[in-house]
Amino acid sequence: MALLEVRDLKVVFQRRGEQPFTAVDGVSFDVEPGQTVGLVGESGCGKSVTSLAIMRLLAKRGNKVTGSVRFEGADLLRLSDGDMRDRRGRDLGMVFQDPLSSLNPVIPIGLQITEVLERHRGMARKAASVEAVDLLDKVGIPDPARRLTEYPHQLSGGMRQRALIAIALACRPRLLIADEPTTALDVTIQAQILALLRELVQDTGTALIMITHDLGVVAGLCDEVNVLYGGKIVERARRHQLFAEPRHPYTHGLLASIPRLDAGRGEKLIPIRGSVADNIPWDGGCAFAPRCPNALAVCGEISPQLVPDNGGLLRCHNPVRPAVAARPGGVR
Amino acid sequence: MNTLLTKKKEPIDKLAQAAAGRSLGAEALRRMLRSPVAITGGVITGLFVLLAVFAPLIAPKDPLERYLQDQVQLGKGIIPGAQPGFPLGVDDFGRDELSRLIVGAQNTLLVGVLATVIGVLIGVIIGGLAGAFGGWVDTVLMRLVDVMLSIPSLLLAISIAALFASASQWTVIIAVSMIGVPIFARLLRGSMLAQRGSDHVLAATSLGVKRWTIVFRHMLPNSLGPVIVQATLTLATAILEAAALSFLGLGDPDPNRAEWGIMLSKGARQFLDVRPELAYYPAIAIIVVALGFTLLGESLREALDPKNRR
Repeated sequence: MALLEVRDLKVVFQRRGEQPFTAVDGVSFDVEPGQTVGLVGESGCGKSVTSLAIMRLLAKRGNKVTGSVRFEGADLLRLSDGDMRDRRGRDLGMVFQDPLSSLNPVIPIGLQITEVLERHRGMARKAASVEAVDLLDKVGIPDPARRLTEYPHQLSGGMRQRALIAIALACRPRLLIADEPTTALDVTIQAQILALLRELVQDTGTALIMITHDLGVVAGLCDEVNVLYGGKIVERARRHQLFAEPRHPYTHGLLASIPRLDAGRGEKLIPIRGSVADNIPWDGGCAFAPRCPNALAVCGEISPQLVPDNGGLLRCHNPVRPAVAARPGGVR
Repeated sequence: MNTLLTKKKEPIDKLAQAAAGRSLGAEALRRMLRSPVAITGGVITGLFVLLAVFAPLIAPKDPLERYLQDQVQLGKGIIPGAQPGFPLGVDDFGRDELSRLIVGAQNTLLVGVLATVIGVLIGVIIGGLAGAFGGWVDTVLMRLVDVMLSIPSLLLAISIAALFASASQWTVIIAVSMIGVPIFARLLRGSMLAQRGSDHVLAATSLGVKRWTIVFRHMLPNSLGPVIVQATLTLATAILEAAALSFLGLGDPDPNRAEWGIMLSKGARQFLDVRPELAYYPAIAIIVVALGFTLLGESLREALDPKNRR
């Protein structure tokens, strides 16, 4: 049994006076202990909503979440509010995109760490402070004892994200969800944070769900990658497989749109045509068909199913041929 | 390229750290000390508070002693004016106007501060509950607040003052405090709701922090800023509203009490043609103090606004 089993997860936004919008449309995946699974896609593909649904952080009003999220056998979607609150922070941790706005601006960093330790591990304030220094040290914050009394605005962006990771890992959760943890940081800091995450995952055996639009992050970190489009998984593959032989035209397009150091001078990037439509219909055909270079007549008529393909999964009527896709060397 | 960047970055980082080495409050204070508006407001308010606290020591004469009563002839419309020993003249009982103004500062400050504090407390409880719970609690409380807001403020104060069997200083304080309640409730509820959707509250929720901890530690402290600023502004209007109630005869009926609103109301109603100064002096005092609090409140709002951070 996997640590986390997401089955047929579906999230529908129901706003008064508006058409219901299916943000996540039957997503299923497993996460094994110590494994890093990537959820990749452009803005609006449902990757963040998936993570919020797993953590049950979506407002009850206006959102309908169905399917099941089994964590060590227990369905998180059916736990009582109190039980779920006990699990958050203890079993499941989350790191958010914007480290500045994710920290409480008016209380010192130290209190934000000890708060979690007191809550879940029943530690006294003093013992929690000692542990907090240790945690900050572990995530690579210099002079951690002094940092405890400092406020978020006094830290640099990279340090804030390290502090957030320290808070999320304070109770040694078995699953960490990182929602675009490097998007708000500059490139050198991005690399440091990714290295830190990789190290922590290896050391503690924590499972990691990495949510990102950045394929570079995927290449550096993920064991398995799920590519999302319009709320559905369109392709799942092992990391090397995905970069060596992207099968879905969307994945292929994402890879082709990244600038490469080994590209010839004057070689142009190949963008994906169009942009994500507001309400993507999967019912009467493939949602990606209007933007797809490989689209056939059937793509506009029959919605493709997720089927086993080449050791992974694929949702496409006319996948990219390996010969066309083959591009030596990975991305980063 | 890379080494260049890091080399350049180091001193900038140090600068940023030096600038950041202050808490939010210290940062706001630093910015207020550089603003002439804040200093003006602070000096006026500070002098007023000092005056109020040390009033009995500062007042040159006893504010209740009827020194020149034999020179007052109300029937003939005679009230003696300024003279040696009585720089601002005397009132209709022959009492020293200057001493009464100074002692009046104490009562006026008491009314203003108490009315504001009570208003803030009740408003924060209502707004806090609405913002913390949302849903039907929010709806019910906010409709109540709407009702209070729909009544013009002075009319609301008059109605509440009229509810009491006998007028006293407390009538005024409670009536005036009720004017502030809906404003504080609305303000806090709004910023609490904004906090509810904020990233750091979501992050705290994702850590399993208990609901009340989230409300009291993460939402409330981040929502109180606008309320504190509004309170300093309300303090100024509270003094004016209290004066207005006194002017309308709904205030403290005790003729011995020195309070600016009562002094103004008496001066303006009875002696405007005999000794207009008796209305001018308390009016000027009220205007200056209200101005002081307003300036202080405005600059506090500006200093606490993170968008103005330099």
